Amino acid sequence: MRVAVVVFPGTNCEHDVVHALKLVGREPKLVFHRETDLAGFDAVVLPGGFAHGDYLRTGAIARFSPVMGPVAEMAAAGMPVVGICNGFQILCEAGLLPGAMVANRDLAFICKPVHLRVEQTRSSLTAGVESGTVLRIPLNSYEGNYVADPATLDQLEADGQVLLRYCDEAGTVSEAANPNGSSRSIAGIANAAGNVAGLMPHPERAVEDILGGTDGIPLLEAMAVFAPQQAVHL
Amino acid sequence: MKFRIDIRRKEGLSDPEGVTAQKSLHNLGYTEVISTHFGRTIYLEMSDGDTAAATAEVEAMCRQLLANPVIEDFEIEVVG
Repeated sequence: MRVAVVVFPGTNCEHDVVHALKLVGREPKLVFHRETDLAGFDAVVLPGGFAHGDYLRTGAIARFSPVMGPVAEMAAAGMPVVGICNGFQILCEAGLLPGAMVANRDLAFICKPVHLRVEQTRSSLTAGVESGTVLRIPLNSYEGNYVADPATLDQLEADGQVLLRYCDEAGTVSEAANPNGSSRSIAGIANAAGNVAGLMPHPERAVEDILGGTDGIPLLEAMAVFAPQQAVHL
Repeated sequence: MKFRIDIRRKEGLSDPEGVTAQKSLHNLGYTEVISTHFGRTIYLEMSDGDTAAATAEVEAMCRQLLANPVIEDFEIEVVG
């Protein structure tokens, strides 16, 4: 599976993502944000960082980058499109995922491992992972607080689009285990089809024991598990 | 032609800056404060022309870039 890893000016996690995708057997390739053609790629990842300096709002400028044209086309075609941290924010600003991210509840930059509970498995981030699995993945963000209006949140829940929630080590979801104040402890969501998915924590930083854990691997493997399932549906 | 654009978080959506400021105000003794919300103001100048057309254009700018309509409301005012 050939995966385009998009580099905006200010993206800073692209090499980690490439390294991690190689570890799970994908063929990642860095693609600059000015690229207008992603033909030949089977999936795309928008990595973390500060695209275009996050000026105005996180992801606000990035969504106008030329590469977002073909990214939207891949999203519409049902191909895996995954946003990590800043990439998640960009997918929201681009309207490819609902809601938005605002400043963390306590107005502090959070950089620590957090626990996530897998809620839904029909997505390019969670396919092949058992529902209820608790993962330990680093979170690294200031604007990680997911917000959407109550109707949108209800619809996300009803349609099974909430992929990951912040929880404690035992998998219990609570305000105390919600690091950044995200609505309903949401850490990751997908579109209705499940192919476009985003999460705030960084799975690519949890792929080797020397990094403190390997819980990010199943999330990065998911796009290859999900894509063939989609093909059957199509 | 000058415009003033006020952008605010939609009512009911999380506003951590507002909450934090309000807690601080209460700590300072300003306990009569019942709500605090942060927003931002953009001042924009356009070349002179039809006011209605220019206002419509500023509104388009807000929807497309200056505000995030998913979580923010905005108000446009002609100020000069």
